[in-house]
Formats: sequence, structure tokens, C-alpha cells
Amino acid sequence: MEAGAAPPRTRNAPTGSRWRSAIASGLAFGVLLVLAIIWLVPLAWAVDTALKPESETIAIPISWVSSNFTLDAFRQVLDAGNILRWYFNSALTSVIITVVVVLLASLAAYAFSRVPFRGRGVLFWVVLAGIMIPPQILIVPLFTEMNTFGFINTYQGIILPQIASPIAVFIFKQFFDGLPHELEDAALVDGASRFRIYWQIFLPLSRPAMAAVAIFTFVISWNYWLWPFIALTGTNMMTIPVGLATVQSAYGIHNAQIMASAVLGGLPLLIVFLFFQRQIVQGIAGTGLKG
Amino acid sequence: MEAPQEVARPTTRVSSTKPAARRRSDLTGLIFLLPFLIAYALFLIWPIILGFRMSLFNWSLVSGGASEFLGLENYRELFGDPVFWSSMWHTVLFTLLSTPPLVLIALVLAMLVNRVTFAQWFFRFSFFAPFVLPVSVVALIWIWLFQPGYGLINSYLTSLGLGEVGWLTDENVAMITVVIVTVWWTVGFNFVLYLAGLQEIPRDLYDASAVDGAGALAQTRWVTIPMLSRTTVLVVVLQILASLKVFDQIYVMYTQGGLNYPVTRPIVGYVYDQGFTSYRVGYGSAMSYVFFVIILAVSVIWFAVARRREGNA
Repeated sequence: MEAGAAPPRTRNAPTGSRWRSAIASGLAFGVLLVLAIIWLVPLAWAVDTALKPESETIAIPISWVSSNFTLDAFRQVLDAGNILRWYFNSALTSVIITVVVVLLASLAAYAFSRVPFRGRGVLFWVVLAGIMIPPQILIVPLFTEMNTFGFINTYQGIILPQIASPIAVFIFKQFFDGLPHELEDAALVDGASRFRIYWQIFLPLSRPAMAAVAIFTFVISWNYWLWPFIALTGTNMMTIPVGLATVQSAYGIHNAQIMASAVLGGLPLLIVFLFFQRQIVQGIAGTGLKG
Repeated sequence: MEAPQEVARPTTRVSSTKPAARRRSDLTGLIFLLPFLIAYALFLIWPIILGFRMSLFNWSLVSGGASEFLGLENYRELFGDPVFWSSMWHTVLFTLLSTPPLVLIALVLAMLVNRVTFAQWFFRFSFFAPFVLPVSVVALIWIWLFQPGYGLINSYLTSLGLGEVGWLTDENVAMITVVIVTVWWTVGFNFVLYLAGLQEIPRDLYDASAVDGAGALAQTRWVTIPMLSRTTVLVVVLQILASLKVFDQIYVMYTQGGLNYPVTRPIVGYVYDQGFTSYRVGYGSAMSYVFFVIILAVSVIWFAVARRREGNA
């Protein structure tokens, strides 16, 4: 495996090594192509199945081609309506969560970064410690708590447990720490309030951090399964991940429809990913976030 | 997730201000923090406290609250419960089986992608795209691939002259199946971390080692791998923590595709079953706490190791 070496440099290199380098690159490309195909086959097979007439989905031997590809399965799934409702629920809750996370986290981070108050260091450690709390351990008491509030099977029941994000505070604070103090010194002398400085100087400047936090929060909350699965009981309140985990019993043996649902369920985030690939990748690389 | 050295930095601005200004500053800080802190206290801290309280009671979801104080009885029962131990073992087994491939495959993919100059974005997309899919989409697709007879994988195995495998049902295979699905789904995350690590290695190191006559293989062994050691520690620890929390894909593959649950049920699954199927939330909370302590121990060990490494560097 010669993969780890630096990309080939032809200048100054002796001819032999240039050839070897080209061969290594070609080899790496070939191996990657095979691996990429293996990685894409499951998705391709799902789309392929969804496009087949129901009767052909269980044909043996299997075949990638069909004499009559059709959109029937997609039409039936969309006509049934559940998935549209789930899209709406997912979009509504994810957007609200994202906006609230960005606001709460950036406000807190501004205080941690710029406002000198007593107990700042200790409080920041308390917030940071929250990164180590796995949401899985909270499900039982959280259910009891939300049940007393009467928030089971409601939007607020889904949203509220996801709005306090310690890692988002951390990302904003790191970004704010990197902004020069001269920025607000002049404004403070002019008598601007702290809130105005936050709102009119820091927030607009922190667009890169905000993009990273927002996109990541959106993806994570859109995909979050465990808590919504526990807190949602009615079909019409379900989000995409929760609803899709019920289709097997709902559709029985309609394989094409199940795959059509899976494709429709995965599509929005694949599109988000195509558009924001750079931010998502950089967000991970920069902070090591993991769900 | 680097350690926040920033906090300790003395703020010269504070010491020079007068008491009145200082009180105002305290108040301003509090106001900025309040919205976050309220949410943090209500939905992260309070459940942890409530969970501990519940774990000391014979608390049932149906009868609606604490009935009888048990002290540590739930914990004692836990350690004598064979299903608790088997679930714990499944979680550990999954972590042992999934961590090596999720780290090694990510490393190899990143080194290969870093090497090619053409179509990099396509490879990045292929390996990372599954990571953005919801668990149910992943589970439905793989259940379909793993079907007997008309399932893609068994079908190819048959045409190669190999026998079919009961991927979802066979008690010797089911855990491997979960690992395969998880590698496909999440390796992109580690891959991206490694890719970022590779791009930070200075070019000069390769040039210098080339002058010294090092071939590509030697460069990989003596430059690339050592320079990635920080990334590797991060990837391994994050992976162990993530693997220990496994539940979602197992549960959805079980309910939607008949995955063999008794041989794969992880500890989080047993917490869920006790809390929401048997309604024994006190017992479930006690289990959550034991699990929490394990997760914390792993995190703390990592912090200690990371500290020592930085100290030595």
C-alpha cells in the first residue's frame, strides 16, 4: 500500500521514480474506484428496487434491469401522505432547533468569551462537561420529566431536549476568542450595549462558525431517532427517521414502496450534503463532533 | 474537543474595574448565559439528577411515580441479572468488532483519496454520503440487501457457488451483520478526520525523506503514520465512545427486518426494554447510571492520556 505518500512531484525527480509514482497513483485510483462502487451499490440497489414494478422485486435470479421501470412505488408512497407529513414534522422541528441552538449557544459563548463575570471559568467547565453526557442515558428520566409537563407526542417535546448544545457553545467561544478586542472596545467607549455589540458586530462576523453549527445541528436533529422515537406515539406527529422505522409493518411486503420510502427519506439530507459538503466536512474536521 | 486552556487566561480588564462596574458585568454575563443555562439545567442536568433519584426507587411508569424506596437494591439486582451482563457483553463485543475496521478502513480510504489528484470530490462523496442518512433509511436498505433468495448479497453468494447466509437471523452472524452495516454507515466520519489530519502534514517532510532515499512505502511507515498519531488517538477514542452507545441500527433492524435481537441487544437496548416495555423505569435508570460511569471512565482515561502526550511533546 503506497497510498500514504505525498502526491507525485515530477520536477527534479528521476525518470524511474516518476514512472513508479504514476503507477502508484493509478493503482490508488483503481482501488478507490472499486471501493467507491462497493459503497454506492446499496444506494443504487435501493433506487433500482424502488423503480421496479412490485412483482419484479422478488424475482430470482435478481436483475438490475427491468423491462418496465416505473414511478408507481413513489406515487403510492406520496399519495398515502404519511411521508409528506413526516417531512413537515422533521423540517419544522429541525429548523426551530437549529435557530434556537445558534441563538442560545452564541449568546452564552459571547459571555464566556467577552464579559468578565464572576464564576466564568467554573461555569464554562460545567457547560463543557455536558459534552460527555450521552443522550442515551437520559431517555428514561427525560420521558418521566416530559410526561409531567404533558409534552409527550408534541413538537415541544421533541424540540426542547435538543436546544442546549454544549459543543455549539464551545465552537462559538473558540471563534469569538479569535476576534480582536479592538472590535468592541471602540463601541464600548461610544456607550453601545453589550447586546448591541453581540448582535451587530459579533454575530455578523461569526458567519463561518454559525454555518458550521447550523448545518451540523440541522443534520443531527433531522436524523435524531432515539428520543423522538420514544416521545412520539401518533403516526402524524412522527419525524422522518421515526416514521420510516414503522413502514415495514405498515406496508407489509411492498418492497418497492419500502425502498421508495427509504430513498425519499434519505434524499433531503443527501441534497443538503451536496450543497454544504465543504462546511460539513470542515465542521467535523475542526471539532470532531459525533452524535 | 481540545482542552479549553483559554479559560484560565487572566482577564486584566476585570481587575482594573470598580465594584459597581463589576456588579454590572456580573449581571450582563448572567443575562447572556441565562437562556442557555435554563435549557441546560432543565434538559441535561435535571434528567441526570432525576434519573439517580429514580434508580433508588421501585419507580414505575404506569403507576405514575415513586412507590417504594429501595436504596441500592436496583443496583444489586442489576449485577445479578444475566440479561444485563449479556447486554453489556454485546455492547463490548460490538465495540471490539467495530472499532478496528472503522479506524483502519477510514485510514486506508483517506490515504488513498489524499493520493489521487482526480475526482477527489466524488470519492469523498461516496464514502461520506451514508453518514448523513437517518438510521431507518440505512436499516431498511440493508435489511433489503440481506434478504434470503432475492436479496442482493445472498443472490451474489449463490451465483458464486457459495451458500446463502442468514445475515439477520443466524445467531453466529447477526453481530457481524450489525458491524458491516455500521462500517458502511459511519466510516465516512473517521475518514474525514483522517483526511484533515493528512492535509496538515508538512510537504517538506516528504521532500526531505525522498532526498534521503525513502520510497513511498517507507514514507508511509516513517512519516505518514507517525504524523497521524494525534488524529488516530482522537479517532479511536471517539469511535469507542460512539460504539459503546450503539442501539439505533440494531433496534430498527430488529423491528423492521427480524434481526436476531437476543444475540445483539446492547446495553442501551436493555435500558429501553426495561424502561419502556416492562415500565421498570427505576431499574432502567440504575442501568443507565452504570453505563454512564463506563462512558465517563473512557472519557477520563482519554483526557489523561491526551494531557500526558501534550506534556511530553
